[in-house]
Amino acid sequence: MFGRLTKDAFIHDMAQNGAVAGMILGAIALIALISYLGRWKWLWREWITTVDPKRIGIMYIVVVLIMFAKGFADAVMMRMQQCVSVGDSFGFLTAEHFQEVFSAHGTTMIFFVAMGVVFGLMNLIVPLQIGARDVAYPFLNALGFWLFAAGGFLTLVSLAVGKFSIAGWLAYPPLSGLEYCPGEGIDYWIWSVQIAGVGSTLSGINFLVTILKMRCPGMTWMKMPIFIWSALCTNILVIFAFPILTATLALLTLDRYLGMHFFTAGGGGNPMMYINLIWAWGHPEVYIIMLPAFGIFSEVVPTFSEKRLFGYVSMVWALVIITVLSYIVWLHHFFTMGASPGVNTFFAITTMLIAIPTGVKLFNWLFTKFRGRVHFASPMLWFFAFVLNFSVAGMTGILLSAPPVDYQVHNSLFLIAHFHGMAIGGVLFGFFAGFTYWFPKFTGFHLDEKLNTYAFWCWFLGFLVAFMPLYMLGFMGATRRLDHYDVASWQSVFISAAVGVLIIFIGASIQLFGLFWSIKNRDKLRSGRDPWNGRTLEWSIPSPPPEYNFAIVPTVDQIDPLWATKRGQGPEQKKEYEDIHMPLNTPAGFFIGAISLIFGFAITWHIYWLAILAFVGIITCLIIRLSGKEVHGNITAEEVQRIEEAATT
Amino acid sequence: MTIHHYDTVETFPDKRIPDPHQDAYSRSTLGFWIYLMTDCILFAALFVTYAVLKESTFGGPSSKDIFELKTAFIETMILLFSTVTCGMAVLAAVKGKMQSIRTWLGLSFLLGASFIFLELREFSHLVHEGFSWEKSAFLSSFFTLVGTHGFHVSVGLLWMAVMMAQISFCGVTVDTFRRLVLFSLFWHFLDLIWIFIFTFVYLLGVL
Amino acid sequence: MKMSKHPLFYFLLFALLIIIFVLIMQPLSILHFGKSIVMLFPGGEVALKERNLLFIIQALMLIVIVPVYVLTFIFSWIYNANNPKGNYDPDLVDNVTAEYIWWGVPLVMTGIIAALTWHYTYEMDPFKPLPSDKKPLTIQVVALQWKWLFIYPEEKIATVNFIQIPKDRPIHFEITADAPMNSFWIPSLGSQIYAMPKMKTELFLIADQEGDFRGCSANISGEGFSGMTFTTRASTDEAYNKWIETAQKAKNGFTLAEYNKLVAPSSYNPVAIYRLEDPTLFHYVLMKYMEPS
Repeated sequence: MFGRLTKDAFIHDMAQNGAVAGMILGAIALIALISYLGRWKWLWREWITTVDPKRIGIMYIVVVLIMFAKGFADAVMMRMQQCVSVGDSFGFLTAEHFQEVFSAHGTTMIFFVAMGVVFGLMNLIVPLQIGARDVAYPFLNALGFWLFAAGGFLTLVSLAVGKFSIAGWLAYPPLSGLEYCPGEGIDYWIWSVQIAGVGSTLSGINFLVTILKMRCPGMTWMKMPIFIWSALCTNILVIFAFPILTATLALLTLDRYLGMHFFTAGGGGNPMMYINLIWAWGHPEVYIIMLPAFGIFSEVVPTFSEKRLFGYVSMVWALVIITVLSYIVWLHHFFTMGASPGVNTFFAITTMLIAIPTGVKLFNWLFTKFRGRVHFASPMLWFFAFVLNFSVAGMTGILLSAPPVDYQVHNSLFLIAHFHGMAIGGVLFGFFAGFTYWFPKFTGFHLDEKLNTYAFWCWFLGFLVAFMPLYMLGFMGATRRLDHYDVASWQSVFISAAVGVLIIFIGASIQLFGLFWSIKNRDKLRSGRDPWNGRTLEWSIPSPPPEYNFAIVPTVDQIDPLWATKRGQGPEQKKEYEDIHMPLNTPAGFFIGAISLIFGFAITWHIYWLAILAFVGIITCLIIRLSGKEVHGNITAEEVQRIEEAATT
Repeated sequence: MTIHHYDTVETFPDKRIPDPHQDAYSRSTLGFWIYLMTDCILFAALFVTYAVLKESTFGGPSSKDIFELKTAFIETMILLFSTVTCGMAVLAAVKGKMQSIRTWLGLSFLLGASFIFLELREFSHLVHEGFSWEKSAFLSSFFTLVGTHGFHVSVGLLWMAVMMAQISFCGVTVDTFRRLVLFSLFWHFLDLIWIFIFTFVYLLGVL
Repeated sequence: MKMSKHPLFYFLLFALLIIIFVLIMQPLSILHFGKSIVMLFPGGEVALKERNLLFIIQALMLIVIVPVYVLTFIFSWIYNANNPKGNYDPDLVDNVTAEYIWWGVPLVMTGIIAALTWHYTYEMDPFKPLPSDKKPLTIQVVALQWKWLFIYPEEKIATVNFIQIPKDRPIHFEITADAPMNSFWIPSLGSQIYAMPKMKTELFLIADQEGDFRGCSANISGEGFSGMTFTTRASTDEAYNKWIETAQKAKNGFTLAEYNKLVAPSSYNPVAIYRLEDPTLFHYVLMKYMEPS
């Protein structure tokens, strides 16, 4: 009746019990708050059934913040454990628990923080910057979000019920196969990632078609903002890469559920096949999370330098080259798997080549500042931190791309320091820059600048203190994922890294506090529609934007269209209000997401009757949704005029 | 480049409700093509896995031992014909001939269902002989590649049934016509994938 | 336009101080930890070559990174909105020469690094024997859960979590696993390579000095993975031969039965030395997953 779910699944150690209790109490508190404020109908109408990408983008960010808290807690636990678990001491986490923690950390941060940031920002910014009122497939977009949320929630459920994977964020077989990990952990991982991955693919298709087909009149390819170019390239990467992940996870699932032999040690299986396939997805994936960060900087730097982005054409080419090359570098993730030197050299060279356009982008940003008028508001602080931290990480990337060097440092803490430099120095700082930059647009008020600045210093310093020692540890022969080690001299280095994480923790806490502080003081922090003297279309509409974004669809004729208007250039705009048709809300996305969560849980625990029921439920919802007549809501021209005139900002 | 607002195939414009997305048809087909490309990549990953693992017979049967070209050929012909009948159904929809649509779709359904029946029969025969997917990597990848295609065909059959119901109840409207075209794209695509399966799995497996 | 109220000068100064602090920590920690940093002070020629390649590439990369850092600070200072001395040229949006430089210079540098990499990747191919006038010593390695089994086929001994090798003589490792994927790594001596069931990878290493070198697994293989450390003792030829003689008189014989006991999961295994009674064991492990049992 309950598959392999037993009472034992609910028993955990003290620390985990505490985390679960905290989670449940938090959920109860939230439900109580919403009930107290009488906001259930509002929540359902305005948020859960919405197909408005602006709302969906905000929901993405909310889920990201929750998942980031979990992933960060995992990181703190790892650092604390490695501070003390040396020699005769084995720390406070068992080996198995530690392995669950780092697997959860990686999975959460990549799939549910980084990907959430990417699609959240695309939802918020893409329609606005291309002068569109909506995305191409509003329902599909909402569905993509709810599948993403379902995957994330499944990992949270794994904290309370049973155990999570112990095989790392990519679950290499044969370790992740039935023989070595028969339990529910790997299955939790598979289904969380699989469900979220389908959501990502759908969202990718949506945004690709949005950018291709819904740009406002006059916005040709070479007049799009660079953020849109980076979103375009990101979505192309998503479309070509995520199906590989879907297929590979399906093959691992078949191995585990039907006893197949794709990646088993015996039966003719080939674990190396999994590694090739998963990294054929995995490398484009890291560019999927990186390119939007680059796009954000390409918006932030020109705005705060009061100067157009230097080398627009070059930047576009850099993005395109990165996109194309990212498909032929994947083997650099496993130079040490024993390929011939010819194969290793080929992939080494392609990897080095991909660093060139990245460097080009850096120089173009710097020269945007050249002869500009640079303002050091928070977004620019994050750009500054990015340049300094990301360059080091990029440099170590080139070191890693030389196979003989990689033969030494592969899977050591040197590698960890490298990719965290890319992920934190690049992706996260890019997200922070974008968050502080666009926050006023969607809320109508700023985030407190002083608190932002303190947070910046904590992250900038904290990152260096947390990760520079790891390069040294790698050189000392420390491999990754160790829950215990026997070399006494490493301990002081681990302690330094833990101090760094503590500094980061202070920074993240300041950011969280700052968010609530700014909400509380929002009247003092009002921003208006164009607080940063912006250059692109999103700054021409009220903050927060009305449901339809643009009352009158803009016409553009050059890059940075708002800047052109401010300088008295720019084409004639249409003057008359028209009726606007917007898609109606639908609960289908939420229902399918919720049922997917049930499906993921059921199939993880082998509760097959429930899984089949859930699957049928999903198909039914889809059929119902896709069989109806396509209806839209109508906002009359008079209504539009009324809204526009009422928006004082 | 400006956005084209009026390139809809307005065979039966539903004038009761204003269609704000006059270019919904072209946008839907573009999006669906892109989805088909993602499905293509998924199949590519399965093909590549098959190519790598097809010699890993682990002491069991190889492709030469278990593939029957006759059945595969019949399945190929069935799918090819069903693609033709599906195309005829779309043509009938353009002309608005309800009975024709039902006939052609019904034929496609029968052909598709026969394909699935034959494939399930082949699979169960293999399992009864002891050549199930648990026996070797080759068998695992064969069952998975061909089975995934079969799963897609089954989904197509379900979609076809839903389309027949929609067209029977609502007639050929802007929405149902668009969905029918998307379905036919899906169906043709599956036939294309089958051609690859027939060639690279069955034909080359037997030679 | 919201502007930061902090004077830019202090901002740049603090940032610079942080950078300098991080930079200084490098040589300081090298001085402090000294030989613990085994990759910088290697015990074997392979590791030495790999380290030198790292240094060369690092030096070349600094040619790109240092200007980036310098320009970041300089541009932030000169072109700050509050600085009246900075030329403001809002229409300076492109410069072909500049593009040639920052596409071209990295391309040239990549070419150089690529050429170096090409050469060294072939030279340091783990499967390639090391040039030496001495005959390589063959050691067969089996990664188990969660310990390392070593078989000396010619000397007819087997060990767990310990090997002794003569210095200045190439060691030919033949590596497989009867466990999930592991990675065989002795950082002091050089390259790691994956240990996989059913696959045989090879690695050639050589020790230039005497000493005990730490080895471990660099790929997670389950719960006891952290305990998979082993010691590599490089000694003089005489000491090595003496050790072999003692080992050949070990109390325990290593047979298939003993192997099957060892295959059972266990972690933090103590060092064990056996006489090798079944020289075909490595082959057996390799073939174990090749055919149905």
